[in-house]
Amino acid sequence: MSQNQIPVLEVKAITKRFPGVVANADVNMTLQKGEILALLGENGAGKSTLMNVVYGLYKPTEGDIFVNGKKVVMHSPKDAIALGIGMVHQHFQLVPVMTVAENIMLGAESVKNGLLDIKKVAADVKALSHRYHLDVDPYAIVEDLPVGVQQRVEIIKALYRDAEILILDEPSAVLTPQEIEGLFEIMKLLREEGKSIIFISHKLKEVLYISDRIVVLRGGRVVGETTPEQATQESLAAMMVGREVLLTIDKQPATPKDVVLSVKQLKARDELGEPALRGISFDVRGGEILGIAGVQGNGQTELVEVITGLRKATAGEIFISGEKMTNASPRTITQKGQSSHVPEDRHAYGMVASYSVADNLILNTYNLEPYSKGITINRPAIIKHAEELIETFDVRTPGPLTPGGSLSGGNQQKMVVAREFSRPSKLLIAAQPTRGIDVGSIEFIHRQIVNKRDEGVAVLLVSSELDEIMALSDRIAVMYKGEIIDIVPRAAATRENIGLLMAGVKREA
Amino acid sequence: MSATFFKKTSLISLGIALALIVVGIVVNLSPTLHEVTWLRVLFDVSTLNFTLRATIPLALGAMAGILCERTGIINIGIEGMMLAGAFAGFVAKVATNDWPLMASLLMGVLAAILAGGLMGYIHAVFSIRFKMDQIISGTFLIILAGGLSAYLFNPDSVAIGKFSPIAIPGLSKIPVIGDIFFKNPPITYAALILVVVLHVAFFHTKWGLRSRAAGEHPRAADTVGINVNFYRYLNTTIGGMVAGLAGGFLVLEAVGQFQEGMTAGRGFISLAAMIFGNWMPFGALGAATLFGYTQGVQNALLLAGVANIPRHFISMLPYVVTIIAVAGFVGRVRPPAAEGKVYETESSD
Repeated sequence: MSQNQIPVLEVKAITKRFPGVVANADVNMTLQKGEILALLGENGAGKSTLMNVVYGLYKPTEGDIFVNGKKVVMHSPKDAIALGIGMVHQHFQLVPVMTVAENIMLGAESVKNGLLDIKKVAADVKALSHRYHLDVDPYAIVEDLPVGVQQRVEIIKALYRDAEILILDEPSAVLTPQEIEGLFEIMKLLREEGKSIIFISHKLKEVLYISDRIVVLRGGRVVGETTPEQATQESLAAMMVGREVLLTIDKQPATPKDVVLSVKQLKARDELGEPALRGISFDVRGGEILGIAGVQGNGQTELVEVITGLRKATAGEIFISGEKMTNASPRTITQKGQSSHVPEDRHAYGMVASYSVADNLILNTYNLEPYSKGITINRPAIIKHAEELIETFDVRTPGPLTPGGSLSGGNQQKMVVAREFSRPSKLLIAAQPTRGIDVGSIEFIHRQIVNKRDEGVAVLLVSSELDEIMALSDRIAVMYKGEIIDIVPRAAATRENIGLLMAGVKREA
Repeated sequence: MSATFFKKTSLISLGIALALIVVGIVVNLSPTLHEVTWLRVLFDVSTLNFTLRATIPLALGAMAGILCERTGIINIGIEGMMLAGAFAGFVAKVATNDWPLMASLLMGVLAAILAGGLMGYIHAVFSIRFKMDQIISGTFLIILAGGLSAYLFNPDSVAIGKFSPIAIPGLSKIPVIGDIFFKNPPITYAALILVVVLHVAFFHTKWGLRSRAAGEHPRAADTVGINVNFYRYLNTTIGGMVAGLAGGFLVLEAVGQFQEGMTAGRGFISLAAMIFGNWMPFGALGAATLFGYTQGVQNALLLAGVANIPRHFISMLPYVVTIIAVAGFVGRVRPPAAEGKVYETESSD
């Protein structure tokens, strides 16, 4: 690949402003034919905004885009598609109730005698899936397919439109380790076929493994360009965050004490009435972290909801510190069971966006002294409490009275963590505690979780990020289709064996 | 749950309609069964004929609802659109009373469709351009149509003539079926054809694929270059036209005159038919037939002089069945996912 070749895509001095926010500032970037370019940055660094500009979904405030050396102006994705740009979005843009073929042809329909020619599209899809080893059934309904297959549908959708430039926005976020390897194989094949790929990610290992060149974005600006040969995980992390970051947590071996949380043959159903938990049993001792690994949607959400009293168990028992807490109210579990809960979806369960930071920090203790007395609440005590926690947990906020919803994602999470971790507790349930937040905040929250363990708290950590599970857990339980398929001590766990368990493959010992 | 399951629920209502026709044929062809009084009340050709007449406005209303909601715009204003169509049709008919009858009636139909279309367009502008809550906008249409038509209506004006039945050569000779289906006035035929056309259009054409995508996942449609709001404007306006035609049916084909509030909740029963039929044209037609049948039975019972049940209870029948049907099925159908949600985008065509 010679550098004097005309780049297939070039963005020059792109600035994108939203009311009150500069999402991209003076971004320059080139993409050569047949290369995989990684666009690395934290959440909120402006990666997706930049790609949405390139894909015609947003209009740049300033700057120009060149495709094959020609300046282009895009009004909608239609223009981008016509220029050979295809995008696989982080949240798949597929209509769940339609078939694969219908989704693929949407917007580029094949019509015969005024009617849709599904057969022709299905044949084209089969040809593409054969050529790129993207196995899908054109007649399957999208919502019945696993996410890994849905992603293939998205890739075929772009190829069907003759995309030469493929933008993959966080493609590995939803996949199991094995599926990620499959994705990388497909990416290599596409590169061999002369396609150019922009790979957006915040996962350092993947970026180093697959890309030819790496561009790092921070705060909407390009802060560096490098190659996998020159970079290390540490150097990339430092570029992303703007300071040195500890990627590994050093922690002492656990010293497990008495059983705090005991779950026996627990069963529950999901919103549709389908079984979500099919007889789950495990114990968590004080002073240890039990990590629950698994691909999202295998019952982890329901498990946490049942333990915290947000969902009814249909069978089985839960004991906290020896006391039966099956189907107890959330307040009983929080206050009598002395448990803390960092919920998976902080916006739905963790905070009230329109409440002030101070009020968010007493959401589940507002009825206790000193925050309330009789029927009145004690404002000064609440503010004082908030000021202390903001200081201790490094929540970046203009002040305790700022609405919680106006903080950045990482700081909202730190606010929730501050509330839950500052209460004396025996049990900590942390569900996806670092989802969607920056590397710096992740480091901080991980440290806090380990500290809690060292204080003798029993920690149940649920995460779909395998790295997080591996970094923190003392034992790892893998959930698959509503069951715990195996519990592995950390020392015996490898990415490979946990990955296989996540895919439901259990090797008989 | 898979999509095939949802398709099945819409088949239930269609099955009910087909069963009705089959039983009707058997009862009317068998001399012994036709002697049984209650069977005659329930399944006589006259009952089934009345059923069809009651079904047509409901089916048209439900098609109007499907057109809007499949594209993502909630339309509870069908009642208002129908009433606007009925009133406009009546005004146009009265204004052209001295024209040849057919020309005058067609003017009425045209006016009904245009008035309904205007109402649909207003709903689209409120819902899309001004991002108004779609329930509020629909309610506004109902109040607007009710108030304006009552205010402007001159009770002394009289429309002369209405559409009369046209027997289809050959087909109308088929026993029972011919009597029910092939001796009808034109809007009835048009409505039945429209159901088939809409089914094909929604599930086998480019327009349908894009419209459904706009109602299920507008962002997905946008990312492949489809102008979501164009389809929403278009289909809400067409939906209004279809609802207007339902109003035109009441004035120009069923009654022949306009009365204040003459839609009498038919727009809402149409909505129920749309939901019960799971937003599928044939499913909605089946559901509309079920509701229409309750009106047919109500009518037959009153005509047969059933005296041991107070007539008020008999008159309740259509509404009670509607409530039961919707309450029993509403958890098992699935509305378009993006229904009622404003779609905002920066892209433009």
